[in-house]
Amino acid sequence: MQGSPEFTTLRGLWRHMARNKLGLVGLGMLVLAVLTAVFAPAIAPYDPYAPVKITIDDIYAAPSQTHLLGTDDAGKDVLSNFVYGSRVSLIVGFFASFISIFIGGLIGIVAGFYGGWTETILMRFTDIMLVIPDLPLAVVLVALTKPSLLNIIFVIGIIGWTGTARLVRSQTLSVKERKFVLRARAIGAGRPYIVRRHILPMVLPLMVANTVLVISLAILEESTLSFLGLSDPTVVSWGQMLNYAFTRGAMSAGAWWALVPPGFGIVWVVLGCTLLGHGMEQVLNPRLETHHLAVGKGMVARRKETAAQ
Amino acid sequence: MSGYRYLLNRLGWAVLTILFVIVLNFFLFRILPGDPARAGIRDPRLTREAVEAIRVRFGLDRPVINCFESLNPLRFGDCAVNPLQTQFFIYISNLLRGEFGFSYHSNRPVIDLLVERLGNTVLLIGAGEILAILIGLTIGVIAAWKVRTPVDYSALVSSLVAWSLPTFWLGIILLFIGSREFNLPIGGKATPGGGFTSSWEYYRDIGRHMILPTLTFTIVFVGEYMLIMRSTMIEVLSEDFILTAKAKGLRAFQTLKNHALRNSMLPMVTIIALNLGFIVAGAIQIETVFSWPGIGQLIYEAVGRRDYPVLQGAFMIIAVSVIFANLAADLLYSVLDPRVRAE
Amino acid sequence: MSMAAAASNRKADWSQTGLKMSGGRESAPLLLDVRNVTVEFVSPGNPPARAVEDVSFTLREGEMLGLVGESGCGKTTLMLSLLRLLPAAGRIVSGEIRYLGHDLLDLSESEMEDVRWKDISMIFQGAMNALNPVRTIGDQIREAILRHNSLPPREAINDRVRALLEMVGISPDRKDQYPHQYSGGMRQRAMIAMALSCNPQVLIADEPTTALDVMVQAQILELLDTLRHNLGLAVILVTHDLGVVAEICDSVLVMYGGVTAEYTGVDTVFNDPQHPYTRQLLAAFPDLSRSKEALRSIPGYPPRLDDLPPGCRFAPRCDLAFDRCHIEKPVLHRLGEFHQASCHLVEP
Repeated sequence: MQGSPEFTTLRGLWRHMARNKLGLVGLGMLVLAVLTAVFAPAIAPYDPYAPVKITIDDIYAAPSQTHLLGTDDAGKDVLSNFVYGSRVSLIVGFFASFISIFIGGLIGIVAGFYGGWTETILMRFTDIMLVIPDLPLAVVLVALTKPSLLNIIFVIGIIGWTGTARLVRSQTLSVKERKFVLRARAIGAGRPYIVRRHILPMVLPLMVANTVLVISLAILEESTLSFLGLSDPTVVSWGQMLNYAFTRGAMSAGAWWALVPPGFGIVWVVLGCTLLGHGMEQVLNPRLETHHLAVGKGMVARRKETAAQ
Repeated sequence: MSGYRYLLNRLGWAVLTILFVIVLNFFLFRILPGDPARAGIRDPRLTREAVEAIRVRFGLDRPVINCFESLNPLRFGDCAVNPLQTQFFIYISNLLRGEFGFSYHSNRPVIDLLVERLGNTVLLIGAGEILAILIGLTIGVIAAWKVRTPVDYSALVSSLVAWSLPTFWLGIILLFIGSREFNLPIGGKATPGGGFTSSWEYYRDIGRHMILPTLTFTIVFVGEYMLIMRSTMIEVLSEDFILTAKAKGLRAFQTLKNHALRNSMLPMVTIIALNLGFIVAGAIQIETVFSWPGIGQLIYEAVGRRDYPVLQGAFMIIAVSVIFANLAADLLYSVLDPRVRAE
Repeated sequence: MSMAAAASNRKADWSQTGLKMSGGRESAPLLLDVRNVTVEFVSPGNPPARAVEDVSFTLREGEMLGLVGESGCGKTTLMLSLLRLLPAAGRIVSGEIRYLGHDLLDLSESEMEDVRWKDISMIFQGAMNALNPVRTIGDQIREAILRHNSLPPREAINDRVRALLEMVGISPDRKDQYPHQYSGGMRQRAMIAMALSCNPQVLIADEPTTALDVMVQAQILELLDTLRHNLGLAVILVTHDLGVVAEICDSVLVMYGGVTAEYTGVDTVFNDPQHPYTRQLLAAFPDLSRSKEALRSIPGYPPRLDDLPPGCRFAPRCDLAFDRCHIEKPVLHRLGEFHQASCHLVEP
């Protein structure tokens, strides 16, 4: 990590982040999404879980004054579904990725720090898990168990740790060889101490940036699994909304209002995570992207010369 | 590592991974509540002949594996049992013979279903990949060349947005617009009730059905390829030999073509193959949305019907394909990079 | 033998095609006439950093100019400017770079591409990475030839490649090997072969021997010297090694902090240096004939480009500095027929 600023505290990271426009936009998008989820009952005009009496006209009704985003296949208000759906998507995304980060971080640090056979075995295992495709495995696991939110969180969590493990391990390896770690070991510091006081602080900022990207992947995964019908059908999530809309004739009914908003929500959150993640990466790894063929404004930029010789 | 040793090493590694997947597959479907073999016997949809066939084929009266009669770790069985007589070994020998069991839904051999559908998936994936690679790489090269100019920035933003789109949702939106505004087919591979007077008409019909799903596939993956090519290219263009090429008086285009491109392709080869996992995920979603009769849609249907033998078989095929693709990428990389081929 | 003596001795060794010192520098045709070149680097949000300021020198046929200075003094930047190879942030803000009378800075990029390698070529520091690892050496040399010559027959090109490799002491059979199959020294020699493939008049060698071990260094330098005598090549040798300069250079340009400290013949530099920096540089160089003395280094650090001192750039580290040095930048004073130094102390 030549040339990257040292962050010994997360506070240092924050100070640099505040100046990064890309990251701030992403953060803003995420904050908006989280606020929507938290204050869902206040924002949503209706309660999606309340039973409604409907007539045929209420199914896939176009947007109107009473239903700003129209109604879905069961006559429920799409806007309210959307607002409440953010909760599930975000909760599953966050918790699943925490599981992934935890597993990945643990494996990465242990492998990187202890080296030898431990590292070999752990990394080989990581390589195997990397090769096995995620979605088919997730589909199989969820299909074999009961479709519930907890299962989905768990399944996504135990599949998505491989990227983090590799990242953490390589970072641990580079930190391990730094002078201050060698000095600490020379004076007889115990391993857990070294991990806690030296390695962790240098690995954490990178993990934070990685976490954001893992969250975005988890949210995408959850929405896909829900769309494929592998989620709890009684819970409103964006993926589930799309599942119902797709399998229950929103297309032929021309009900774009049932199809666009949930996807838009997913894109919003994922894009927010991606921007934030990229912003963090720019801060952690500030590289001026340029190369030998890049043209500047003009290499020969002579101002009006004095009289020639 | 010399050429042959490298080959053996990678091959051995691939075999090990496949073994792992086989074992995983076996135990997953036995351990988890939906144990197909046992549940299968009780499943009312199966005919009596099929039940008997399952009993024999899977050896359900035999112990699962040495020392354990069932998968309950607390109940020991006979350790002296002939390992060849355990369910595990029967399972493996079945696999090797292409015996994947029978579909609960259709009672047809799983292997037949897989073979039928595989071609369709390959067709769709193939077309989409080729387009995504061509377009993605080209834009990536241009974006890298014109780094930090408006051209570059717009390419970057587009790619980030494309990456954030859920594949299935993009498919839905495109299908919505495509079927309404452009009169494109709403799904499937060909118009039902055919009536084509020539092969050409038939292929053209398939082509029309492929437009939207291929477009979806391309958009989803073009962003990723573009980003990877761009960053690889920028890295390569920062190498010293590029400055040498420039000092030699080579035109920018010549340098790009003769030096940068060749060196950038190496990582690209690996990336493309490593991407197969995501391609599969994309295929599952796209085939579902567009009712394209491939393995992806097979999985979707099997999930809906809890048709476990099909699910298990499809998972095996997919996992093994991805592993082999990775192996191929490894070997291809070693062939292309003279540094790895240390003679 | 001290360096000064070595430099003086060499005067007698020169062959006819070398620079004719006895007849004065003026007798050989003028190839490069660099006048008052100033180079800046821009970075967003900061004022531009001046890497090279108002530097001038000339180069004649057969002459080897030694460009000496610490890391970061602008030597490489100046050389890159000659071929307009600066990175995107670099700007040549004033001066002229006349090659055979024509100002290169007036050329379009396309015209400049024709000049590169054919008239002036360059070998870079650390040839380890200067060659493309996935193409053969022969291929890369061939590419240079094809670029600047209109379609010679294949056989002719192959012969030329072989001849070039042989000229630098590499077995011609190795032309189809890859860079990683060559040793470090061989790679540098291959670079030289490639640099000479289009018969340039000027060769810029930017620290060609850094990162090579001493034995190989000697070989490379000897090779450069021989080639120069045999081909009538003019060479600019960028180096921080004064011993090398004494051995093979004809003239010396000493740079410090982006400006010319001293510019004169090699003889004069070693026998009668006028700029304090030059003197300290010479004193700092270990001399076997005075092996009992302690090593003397120049205290302090080279100036940062974005934090240049007012007045003379060397003043903070100069042992002869007085008040005026810290306030006013010294002008380049002419001290003789071919001797310039920028120091207030030598003001006539």
